[in-house]
Amino acid sequence: MRHVGTVFRRELAGYFATPVAYVFLVVFLALAGSLTFFMGDFFERGQADLQSFFTFHPWLYLFLIPAIAMRLWAEERKTGTIETLLTLPIGVAEAVIGKFLAAWCFTSIALALTFPLWITVNYLGDPDNGVILAGYLGSLLMAGALLAIGSCFSAVTKNQVIAFVLAAAVCVIFTLSGSPVVLNFFSGWLPGTVVDTVASFSFLTHFNAIVKGVIEARDVVFFVALAAVFLFANILVVDINKAE
Amino acid sequence: MIEVEGLSKRFGPILAVDDLTFSTPKGEVLGFLGPNGSGKSTTMKMITGYLTPTAGTVRVCGIDSRDKPIELRKRIGYLPEGAPLYADMTPRGFLRFVGQVHDFRGAALDDAVARAVEMTGLAPVTDQPIDTLSKGYKRRVGVAQALIHDPEVLILDEPTDGLDPNQKHEVRSLIRRMAPEKTIILSTHILEEVEALCTRTIIIAKGRIVASGTPEELESRSRYHNAVSLRLGDGIDPDAARQALAGLAGVAEVDSPAARRFVAFPRDGQPILDQVARLGRDQGWPMEEMVVERGRLDEVFRSITRPAA
Repeated sequence: MRHVGTVFRRELAGYFATPVAYVFLVVFLALAGSLTFFMGDFFERGQADLQSFFTFHPWLYLFLIPAIAMRLWAEERKTGTIETLLTLPIGVAEAVIGKFLAAWCFTSIALALTFPLWITVNYLGDPDNGVILAGYLGSLLMAGALLAIGSCFSAVTKNQVIAFVLAAAVCVIFTLSGSPVVLNFFSGWLPGTVVDTVASFSFLTHFNAIVKGVIEARDVVFFVALAAVFLFANILVVDINKAE
Repeated sequence: MIEVEGLSKRFGPILAVDDLTFSTPKGEVLGFLGPNGSGKSTTMKMITGYLTPTAGTVRVCGIDSRDKPIELRKRIGYLPEGAPLYADMTPRGFLRFVGQVHDFRGAALDDAVARAVEMTGLAPVTDQPIDTLSKGYKRRVGVAQALIHDPEVLILDEPTDGLDPNQKHEVRSLIRRMAPEKTIILSTHILEEVEALCTRTIIIAKGRIVASGTPEELESRSRYHNAVSLRLGDGIDPDAARQALAGLAGVAEVDSPAARRFVAFPRDGQPILDQVARLGRDQGWPMEEMVVERGRLDEVFRSITRPAA
């Protein structure tokens, strides 16, 4: 695992070597901000917190995170650089984790740049900063799990568009499995335990729990475990697919 | 240095590499020659550990590719086909990355990058994005990447493919400079390259070794080996000249590719220059040109890889 850092640094620098990073940061910040103010009724709620900011994160991430993750492996396979990379003395696991961490770090930079919102609520009122911190933590954890899914699907294909669509579809399933639409559909005719199981796989359920300021082990473990499972699958997929 | 035994690779129903066995000592430049799709690249990918063999073993410097793939890759410098590189990076950034992967740090890293840049003549472009470089420079970045850690073994997949004659010459002289203290395997379908660079050649067709030997040995298999080409002056009778040549004891066959041009093929590849020269003097032919052919590698290549045609 010595070269995770080497891969990480190259990959993170790669984001900023092209306009991709800046386009993403601008779009993310513009969307996150406008959703908070226009759809989240930030002012009208009259409360000094960032609930109206965090509420939209799962929906924002649904398409923005697969967009970050889609290039991770698909591009390497398309251009053939995967052969250069994996014939260096680097293990597949090191490469997968290094790339994932770079994408995650990039996401956290985007998230950190929303700090003016935090300053705003602190200027206007007296919010519980512990809850806000929990919100950021939950958002970061959810982003990590989504990125692991995206990275895994990026290794499935050489085509970034296909990688994006597959990842987005799976992310939708994971996010929506806790929404009232899905749960109401099941709750009428399935036993309560099954409905609970479906809900327990939901990003929304776990994310909303953390955003409320209650950091419970099971919510954190859920995101970490999900990311681990998909990264492990990612390693296998890269290993199997590199022959093509 | 490189030992390959019973190496096979199957892609679904296709047997891409079929039971290859060969070994290469230090100082040898081994040329893989073969038509496209004959399994050259697949073999190289298995030696570098990128592909897992279906059967057989690869040992480099005594290290088995299955036991210690990472250790093995430290000993190898590899230029993949087409030299795929990170287009957004600069040569310096890319070489520093590769150097770090090879565990160079601090001043040692600077030295290794500087050495690779110097050997490959990359100095004028080290800080331009690789994307913007010419094909020749890109290929040199690929070569620089392969030799940054001064590996014992170099595997170069079509190192001069797509380069112009000057660039080809540069890459070849680079390979020739490194050859004495390394083991080099290179693949090509350019026959002149084999003659110019390789100490030994393996011809691969349909995943199998169909011939191997020094370029001279392979040339001696040619019909043209020791054949004598003649160009005669004006005023000779072509038919009579042809018959006279065919009448020589050592000559098996005579070809006339153009008017007043003749090629006399020897029996069993034995030298016939002496006989032909004496005949010319006796007949008083006005000789304009007389050349002993060494053999034609392209003809050997064609006859071996396409026996039916």
